[in-house]
Amino acid sequence: MPITVALDQNADEPRPFVERARPTHPSLLDTEHRVAELYHIVNVPTLIWIDARGVIVRPQDNQFGSDVFTQFHGKASGPYLELVRAWVRDGSGALAPDEVRRYQQLPSAESQLARAERALAWELQRAGRSEAAARHFARAGELAPRDWTIRRGSLPIQGKNPFGPDFFELARQGGAEFPMDEVTPTRVAPRAKL
Amino acid sequence: MRRGPRRRAWESGDREGEMDAFRLVEDGRSCEVPGEVIGGRVRLSAAALESALGYALGPEGLCRGERCFPVRDRAALAPGGAIDLAELARVTGRPLALDAEERAAALGTPVEDRLAALRGLEAPDFCLPDFSGRMHRLSEHRGKKVLLIAYASW
Repeated sequence: MPITVALDQNADEPRPFVERARPTHPSLLDTEHRVAELYHIVNVPTLIWIDARGVIVRPQDNQFGSDVFTQFHGKASGPYLELVRAWVRDGSGALAPDEVRRYQQLPSAESQLARAERALAWELQRAGRSEAAARHFARAGELAPRDWTIRRGSLPIQGKNPFGPDFFELARQGGAEFPMDEVTPTRVAPRAKL
Repeated sequence: MRRGPRRRAWESGDREGEMDAFRLVEDGRSCEVPGEVIGGRVRLSAAALESALGYALGPEGLCRGERCFPVRDRAALAPGGAIDLAELARVTGRPLALDAEERAAALGTPVEDRLAALRGLEAPDFCLPDFSGRMHRLSEHRGKKVLLIAYASW
């Protein structure tokens, strides 16, 4: 059962994608980034496998469902989709607990404070206090510079283009490292340098 | 919190010392609690804080539900019967994002809590709406494999 979670500021932005996909699985909206915090998600897309007992058997994996942007991120979707199908079929690809712990991304005191700063910034933005909001978005980004759910996710909230110059600078600095990149065999090219 | 152009943030002098509305954000929800800002310190009405967030100062310390945090310096936490927000955050180990001038703050989750949950490997439960507004819980799908996919339009 796929469960998709949109880390968007409102339903309007992701709705066209959801409507076009016509999913038969739950497609959820996480404007407050609750799931982002619970699962320590620092970029999208991030995929996590949860088995029938409710146990995480594959931690945060930055994988893609299509090859539209493979020339940018360097990963192929075919091998990952095959991996998921095999898991659904016979459970293969699920990692043992010590392996999940070895490859999971974990929060820090700084990243938790970053999330609180982001929450404050979001509240201020919605109250029309955009200058104060900008200060707290910036503070959140200083505390968690590799967290694109904060640094890129806050761009549309502030009326900035998440595919424009602010993003090029983020891409130049680089997003978070995903330890699962060592495990999931989908890389076909190095990440492009902008 | 100061909202819109009517209450300007640089009028910081005119509201100090009064128990005016202070906005608290936690867990994706926000509420208003009477509070005052004195010398950059935020003091909130103890009764309103208990009502809003469930914190109460008792003989066992600062308690919320069944969890109590020891309090060594009661005077610092509860000056004049109000609750000092920064001290509450320190005692409970919660990250605090504070904007005293905007009269707003967000209280986060201690990293220890998140680490314990994630290292325990039990998938944390959550309840979120779909695009029709219907609520869904992760735990409704216990008994099936779940592929959790976080994505965004950005």
